[in-house]
Amino acid sequence: MRLRKRQRLLLVVLVLLLGAGSAALVLAALGEKVSLFVSPSDLVARPLEPGRSLRLGGLVEPGSVERGADGEVRFSITDGAHSVPVVYRGVLPDLFREGQGIVTQGRLEAGGVFRASEVLAKHDENYMPKEVADALKRSGHWKDGAVEAQR
Amino acid sequence: MSASLEQPAAARPSRRGWLFLLPVLAFAAVGVVLALGLGRDPQTLPSVLIDKPAPSFALPPLPGRDERGFSSADLGGRPMLVNVFASWCVPCRIEHPVLDQLAREGVTIHAINYKDAPEDALAFLRALGDPFTRIGADRQGRAAIDWGVYGVPETFVIDRDGRIRYRHVGPLQPRDLEQTIRPLLEKLAR
Amino acid sequence: MIAELGHFALVLAFAVAIVQGTLPLLGAARRDAALVAVAPPAALVQLLLISIAFGALVHLYVVSDFSVANVAANSHQSKPLVYRISGVWGNHEGSLLLWVWILALFGSAVAAFGGNLPVLFKSRVLAIQALIGVGFLAFMLFTSNPFERLDPAPLEGRGLNPILQDPGLAMHPPMLYLGYVGFSTTFSFAIAGLLEGRIDPSWARWLRPWTLAAWTALTLGIALGSWWAYYELGWGGFWFWDPVENASFMPWLAGTALLHSAIVVEKRDTLKSWTILLAILTFALSLLGTFLVRSGVLTSVHAFASDPARGVFILALLVVAVGGALALYAWRAPSLQGGGMFAPVSREGALLLNNLLLASATATVLLGTLYPLALDVVGGPKISVGPPYFNATFVPLMIPLFLALPIGAVLAWKRGELGGALQRLWLAAAATLGVSIVLLLVSDLARGLAILGYGLGLWLILGSLADPLGRAALPGGGLARFWRRLCGLPRASWAMVVAHVGLGVLVIGVTATSTGQSERILAMKPGEVAELAGYSVRFEGVREVRGPNWIAQRGTFAVSRDGAFVAEIASDKRFFVVEQRPTTEAGIHTTLWRDLYFVLGEPAPDGAWTVRLYHNPLVVWIWGGAVLMALGGLLSLSDRRFRVGAPRPARVPAAVPAE
Repeated sequence: MRLRKRQRLLLVVLVLLLGAGSAALVLAALGEKVSLFVSPSDLVARPLEPGRSLRLGGLVEPGSVERGADGEVRFSITDGAHSVPVVYRGVLPDLFREGQGIVTQGRLEAGGVFRASEVLAKHDENYMPKEVADALKRSGHWKDGAVEAQR
Repeated sequence: MSASLEQPAAARPSRRGWLFLLPVLAFAAVGVVLALGLGRDPQTLPSVLIDKPAPSFALPPLPGRDERGFSSADLGGRPMLVNVFASWCVPCRIEHPVLDQLAREGVTIHAINYKDAPEDALAFLRALGDPFTRIGADRQGRAAIDWGVYGVPETFVIDRDGRIRYRHVGPLQPRDLEQTIRPLLEKLAR
Repeated sequence: MIAELGHFALVLAFAVAIVQGTLPLLGAARRDAALVAVAPPAALVQLLLISIAFGALVHLYVVSDFSVANVAANSHQSKPLVYRISGVWGNHEGSLLLWVWILALFGSAVAAFGGNLPVLFKSRVLAIQALIGVGFLAFMLFTSNPFERLDPAPLEGRGLNPILQDPGLAMHPPMLYLGYVGFSTTFSFAIAGLLEGRIDPSWARWLRPWTLAAWTALTLGIALGSWWAYYELGWGGFWFWDPVENASFMPWLAGTALLHSAIVVEKRDTLKSWTILLAILTFALSLLGTFLVRSGVLTSVHAFASDPARGVFILALLVVAVGGALALYAWRAPSLQGGGMFAPVSREGALLLNNLLLASATATVLLGTLYPLALDVVGGPKISVGPPYFNATFVPLMIPLFLALPIGAVLAWKRGELGGALQRLWLAAAATLGVSIVLLLVSDLARGLAILGYGLGLWLILGSLADPLGRAALPGGGLARFWRRLCGLPRASWAMVVAHVGLGVLVIGVTATSTGQSERILAMKPGEVAELAGYSVRFEGVREVRGPNWIAQRGTFAVSRDGAFVAEIASDKRFFVVEQRPTTEAGIHTTLWRDLYFVLGEPAPDGAWTVRLYHNPLVVWIWGGAVLMALGGLLSLSDRRFRVGAPRPARVPAAVPAE
């Protein structure tokens, strides 16, 4: 019987240790490793400190896309009320075009320019349900929806 | 094997029982979050345009339908709907009877024909009926951007003063008419 | 006509499922043999009916019957036949039908091959299986009927999302569902066991083949999805920690834990209530995944999202199935007999540690996936939880798991000797340390984390191989004896070795790709040459090519190394005419040691093209490792002693030799 007690005690200690350890990991990570999702109006209304990891979502403003020679692209993201300039280096998603709904992941630089490390395009203009658009607007994960549906 | 070492568990359940309740409690918490997540009212879209005047625009007509087109000047005077549609959009087909129904009841519905070929749009209207008073052809989708349209179909409710009062994303269904569109139109007409 | 036939078959299947879900349970409670006997034939009839429905939908897709709304919304006549077929499960309704079909498949498999199960137990399992079916058939019939007609019928369909027109993705959902839904059997076994109040080693032995089958399929399904995302999305990555990926990964983690804890029940008759809980949770996580993907609550936006009625329905299903199961668990599990004891350092102890770590990992993934939703519900800011979170929480939990794994696998049952275990592994440990030190010396120190990854992977491989090789290399007998001893090891032991080696291979692949990837983003004019990880990449220019339903701009690259030609690689920007949508086809050249992965971007005004060039070392090891793990699952499944339907052995002789 003593053996069983010791066994159980050990188990409890192990579970507590692991639980506390993972909880600490999770809390630390949730504190600093998540990105806030913002719209251009949010950024204008309540400027955030530069350097914070953000997701900025909206529509690509027509006529704002400029391609540099070195693969750098500049464009503005708008939500109809305000717009924010974005710089991105890399290959744009297939569905990127003017007027397209997109989400960019990146950081705000001093001077109000948003430097994107990732650009995700909305998957389709033809949606069945209203929830989709709602989610689109609220979402942090925009990406190619149909892709996600399949995985 | 080790039967001799086993302790009849029946002696303990009262003391350990609560441990076995933990999973179901944890699941209940998850369930509540999921239910609330579902319950988030999709109508409360954070649209920046609600209660603001509709954007100004002037769209050309669909060639072969009429000569008028559709512009900001057509908005206001009485409550009305603005529907964004395209012939290539299957949900638009699904919601079309609902729009027809509303038009028969005397509701004015204008339309923005979004990124569509005029001949396709006309064929669509010939096949399914044309409930629209004015139609503007937005071939590039520029006007739709001003309206903050993310996809088709979308429907806006405009009040007498030409302000956007409500936005419906996705196909209008009969229950949307009952629950939101008709009550809102009635309220705005008063 | 065919559509109505399919619909009718579904309605009949629903009725049969209700019968199968109620009468046998009643019969089992009353010990009524006639009622109990209903279950197996009902399960087979259900499979037949749902097969008819599924066949009908496939037929409608093949002949492009656009009067059916589902076909019109997701298919097109110009699509190649294979994608017209795979289009069946490329949408919410069709994939749900596939889900239900696989559920019926597993149900009838239990009915047909579960000859070793006691009659009462089997009928209970089949009844639970049928009750799950009732829920999902109702969901389909009332909210998501794939056979709904469209009036007037359009002349042409809307087409299928072009990125889904792909062989990898055609196979991915069926595989994934085999895994997801396969865990329904372990769920049914757990509930039936709780109802009977008898969980013992034979219960675990019955459970084993079904867990293995589901786990193997899920492993392959996830690997296929990751592979597809890698070559199709053009981002050069293989895993994005996105909610839908997590939805399939969580049941995998829990299922892996279940696979291991069930061994403890089987061999030592202990950890029983924990194993039952895992069996329930694994399927609960599968259901949660289904809910997250289809209800639209999560921020992942996808073609499956639906009207609120669907979300409510599937949430209700989740609450009834999982809530009911957990309530039953809270009621019945405390009275399960406690099992044999074991010292902390023992095989049981090691498997318990494995379970605790895997469960913690599952919990961190679950938290990260649901946190944005929870925050939104309480009115907090909108956030997204991405790879940084998962790297910071998931990875640290895997390190002790991988470190302990080879040691745990050689510990004896009941009471093990750490010293003895290490003695058997010293060669592997020394080799791992040696290689890690060499790596540390030849590469820069800043890559400490990478070296930890390589070391862990190597340790998993060598540590897992050390034991069987050491056993076979007993003194005397030479090579022939060595070989014979090696072949004489039971298949289940080999299965374990292969799966663990596969894990090691995967860890090395993941480490290499995530820490050693070279990436260059450039604007290149035709004729220009770029250097990438020792390769010279010459951009040859872009020309137009045509496929069956697309037109593409194809960029070609000539790759050479030290002046010697290596390969010509082409990347397409395809435009799908019907869907009016572009896709990117990355150009990939694969060897065992690296992938060259080139993506053609947009043209710039001056005639240059944006291109993204990746050098991904050892990336193919990731999927190779996953395939090895699945192979381990299959090997274990094929072990005679555990084969489905094999007569129950009189007495398992010490089972796997107590390594």
